[in-house]
Amino acid sequence: MKLLVCISKTPDTTAKISFKDDNTQFNGDGVNFILNPYDEWYALVRAIELKEQKGGTVTVINVGDSSNDIIIRKALAIGADEAVRVDQPAKSSIDTAKQIAEYAKSQSFDVIFLGKETIDYNGAEVGAMVAELLELPYVSFASNMDSSAEHFVLTRDIEGGVEEIKLNAPFVVSAAKGMAEQRIPNMRGIMMAKRKPLNVIPGIETSSHTGVKSFTLPAEKDGVKMIDPDNMDELVRLLKEEAKVL
Amino acid sequence: MSVLIIAESQNNTIRSASNEAVFYGKKVAESLGTTCAALVIGEASGAASLGKYGADKVLQVDTGGKGFDSQAYTQIIKQVAQQESASVIVLMHSSTGKSLAGRLAIAMDAGLLSGATALPQIDGSSMIVSKTVFSGKAIANYELTGDVKVISVMGNSLKPELIGEEKTPNSLTLDLPTFNTEVLGVKTQSGTVPLPEAELVVSAGRGMKGPENWGIIEELANELQATTACSRPVADIGWRPHHEHVGQTGVAIRPNLYIAIGISGAIQHLAGVNNSKVIVVINKDPEAPFFKAADYGICADLFDVVPKLTAALQKAK
Repeated sequence: MKLLVCISKTPDTTAKISFKDDNTQFNGDGVNFILNPYDEWYALVRAIELKEQKGGTVTVINVGDSSNDIIIRKALAIGADEAVRVDQPAKSSIDTAKQIAEYAKSQSFDVIFLGKETIDYNGAEVGAMVAELLELPYVSFASNMDSSAEHFVLTRDIEGGVEEIKLNAPFVVSAAKGMAEQRIPNMRGIMMAKRKPLNVIPGIETSSHTGVKSFTLPAEKDGVKMIDPDNMDELVRLLKEEAKVL
Repeated sequence: MSVLIIAESQNNTIRSASNEAVFYGKKVAESLGTTCAALVIGEASGAASLGKYGADKVLQVDTGGKGFDSQAYTQIIKQVAQQESASVIVLMHSSTGKSLAGRLAIAMDAGLLSGATALPQIDGSSMIVSKTVFSGKAIANYELTGDVKVISVMGNSLKPELIGEEKTPNSLTLDLPTFNTEVLGVKTQSGTVPLPEAELVVSAGRGMKGPENWGIIEELANELQATTACSRPVADIGWRPHHEHVGQTGVAIRPNLYIAIGISGAIQHLAGVNNSKVIVVINKDPEAPFFKAADYGICADLFDVVPKLTAALQKAK
């Protein structure tokens, strides 16, 4: 099977967030960037498992400049066979989706994997967009993929439960917790990753009707009000009268 | 120009979360000086009640019993949106809404904001809409342009109010698209409000010492009619089911009240809960980082204080 995994770079959860250019741009200075966990732990590993089961190749694709090569090499070290980087800064989810679709449309991938969302913008947009651009079915937040038969059965997380969906390749799937177990790259994988192909291709011109106008920081909390453990009546009163949540 | 709201159903019943999307859509329609329609795809009881939350009309499309398919639903919504000359499409930022929003943005060449936390500001032909980003550490203000705008609304962003009357659904006849996927089954828990939509959440972590001790958590949750949740380690070691896990890799929630019991408050946990309106932390460790994110804190042994809180709530009824 020909498998594609879309990977993204995000700031580490613990990163201090600040902005520049009059609060219109994210300030990446000094920020530790990582391979988006949902892409790495669930989407990529499940794709590798599928290749191990059915044969084929796993290609990873990323949209970004050469500073992203470090996360791409990590994906190769975990077990992807080859990588493609669309050589332009990531602008928006719509632009990213169009770049991925442009590459994928000539390649006839059987399954296109992504993580369920990135941990910075949490939009869960790119998978749905890629699927629509390629006119493919899309199953979001899959927590299990049964690939034992010719067709696939995906378990998808929904509010308060799960939904089971049967479909045939080709399709796009976004992976949530449960889809696979995280794999730590070993020394052999890291050495091999250096020799695996990383093809850099130019991006296409795209347009979008969505843009970030500015960023603001949320209002600071007033600070915690400590309550006497022997006076839970006071907590209940505060929740009712001050916080007004009961 | 009009606003089209996508209502959701589960087990052939309208999900109550749809009321919020309808109310949001009505407010957008009012600020644009137009009307709104709620669209129900498939068989669902309770569709008429969407009128009570502001839908000026309710539209229903029969899919012949077929389940959710993002590709087919997108084609249906696009047809209805064109018939209704919709300039704004409102969805919930739910598993269904997230599967559709990106597709609709492509299919309709629309501006898209997923996860809106407030109503948009109308600025001529464009709209400014906000969402939280970077694990709740910042707010991004997006500008949407284009003839059509798609907005998915984060749960608990706006409290729906009863502002209208029931509206008998209008059945629409459309050219049904092909469904390329087949829903084999849906398994949901009955009786409790799903975590992403819960207004009150009681959550516990490793401080509980073992799964056998969860009785006091359930009693507190029952008293509040809250939904129970847990931290990642507790789900990973199997003390609690995975669907209860809130945090960055689990479910992200923003209830009105989040009570964290015996949870230290690692950044990955906070990332999934720090948009809660009010946070109460119960922990015996005064250095627990969670206190820094809390509105109210109780530094005490949870086994002592949780039953006292339950009793105080009972007394205050």
